[in-house]
Amino acid sequence: MTGNAEVKVHIQDLSKAFHTNGHEIRVLEHIDLDVREGELVCILGPSGCGKSTLLNIVGGFLPASSGDVAIDGLPVRRPDPRRIFVFQERGVFPWLTVEGNIGFGISGLPATERAARIAHYVRLVGLEGFENAYPQELSGGMKQRVEVARALAVNPDVLYLDEPFGALDSITRLVMRSELLRIWQTERKTILFVTHDIEESCQLADRIVVLSARPGSIRRVVEVDLPHPRDLSSPRYLALRDSILEEIGLAHRI
Amino acid sequence: MARPAPIDSPPPHGRPARSSRSLVRALVPLSGIAVLILVWDVALSLGGGRSQLLPRPFAVVRAIAELAQKGFLLKHVVASLFRVTWGYVAAVIVGIPLGVVLGWYRRGGMAIAPILEILRPISPLAWIPVAILWFGVGDVSAVFIIFLGSLFPLTLTAMNAVRGVEVVHVNAGRNFGLRAPELLRRVIYPAILPQLIVGLRLSLGIAWLVVVAAEMIAVSSGLGFLIIDARNAGNRYDLVVAGMVLIGVIGIALDAIMRSLERSKAVAWGYTILEGEQPDVAGVDAAGRATVLP
Repeated sequence: MTGNAEVKVHIQDLSKAFHTNGHEIRVLEHIDLDVREGELVCILGPSGCGKSTLLNIVGGFLPASSGDVAIDGLPVRRPDPRRIFVFQERGVFPWLTVEGNIGFGISGLPATERAARIAHYVRLVGLEGFENAYPQELSGGMKQRVEVARALAVNPDVLYLDEPFGALDSITRLVMRSELLRIWQTERKTILFVTHDIEESCQLADRIVVLSARPGSIRRVVEVDLPHPRDLSSPRYLALRDSILEEIGLAHRI
Repeated sequence: MARPAPIDSPPPHGRPARSSRSLVRALVPLSGIAVLILVWDVALSLGGGRSQLLPRPFAVVRAIAELAQKGFLLKHVVASLFRVTWGYVAAVIVGIPLGVVLGWYRRGGMAIAPILEILRPISPLAWIPVAILWFGVGDVSAVFIIFLGSLFPLTLTAMNAVRGVEVVHVNAGRNFGLRAPELLRRVIYPAILPQLIVGLRLSLGIAWLVVVAAEMIAVSSGLGFLIIDARNAGNRYDLVVAGMVLIGVIGIALDAIMRSLERSKAVAWGYTILEGEQPDVAGVDAAGRATVLP
């Protein structure tokens, strides 16, 4: 990744607290982060560290308690079709076919252009032949690909992925990761990817933002200068993985 | 996607086997009815002096034929269906939007839901005196009672369905730039449709139950009137049972029409969620790509 690309997402001194039954639960504290255009940043942290909350704030679904989020220099106030949030496969609309889902965000286009776009993204995520299938007829991995295609079809600048492959089996998860990298390399989107999986972040990210346990704050930002495709058994990859394991304070042996 | 033939592939003579099976499936419920009619007839013929407790089946068939011949059959059926249609359609028009609004604006829902919950268990028949006071004896009273009978279940179904819409779906809709009216049309409405159809079916059943009772008191036509009039005018119990049979048959037909709506693929997802994520397990091949289950 070129280091001097423009800043796309600017997060400054962001904090978030929830109030329940008179108690204040501090979820995020003093997050400062800049994401460059076209960068793939993984936000890595243990369950409950507030990483999903962070992504929801950046996505405009939740207000911050204090601090600012700006994209292209403009403050984020609400969700925006230029920046699509990919939920786990649960976000697919079960009442629409694969085609209907992928075309959901581009209903304003002329019919022929819309059909062409849908066909393009059906191909991109490898769902040819399933255009008229309903989500309930698909596997978890296929539903996930429908959601990614639905997001890409509106040609957003930024994708927010919240543990998108968490619910998949380990084989499908590996396939999906390489598909995501392939799509990222062809479409050049800025991607914020939330995960609790160290291996996943090491395989995907340009930079890994390691969050502490709640209240979440940034412990360390790791630049990953390994080229894609990454060799998962190379010493450099293993050293990277081990250093993050150590950072989080996990033992190397089970 | 190429895949090996399933192990349990159909037998070579699959066609006749299947059609005879569907024939059996159609005959089994009918055979139950046939046995009931037989037992009914035999019991009465053996009953001697007590055979007046119920008309014989053939007498009922004759009564229905008599009604049809004199033109009363169509008149009463149409009168009942007419009242059900008006009361039910009015309840749909009022109840579903009301329920959607109450489900969407939770504060408003929390204020008004208790009122609905208190009114719901009151049998619509309890409203008959009130209806007569307000609208007099006549069609309007009957329609009003049907309206009330369908209104509360419809409103509560719609309200609960909207409350149950997945937050991820609403958020996804908002993310694609939808504002309230579009969100309602493209996310909320399709999301609640499966439950709505069940609610529509159940409340139509209630409407059909209520019309008969309303017609016994408030009007002088319809199947309910036919039953009460046949008894009052000359103890024509063959006509009473004929009316009951007609009510049952039309009730089944209305239910079947509503049930056919549930088979649409755009709502079928709503009825299979409880069956679990079967395709997730069975439908993935070695490459991680999934196959659609038949």
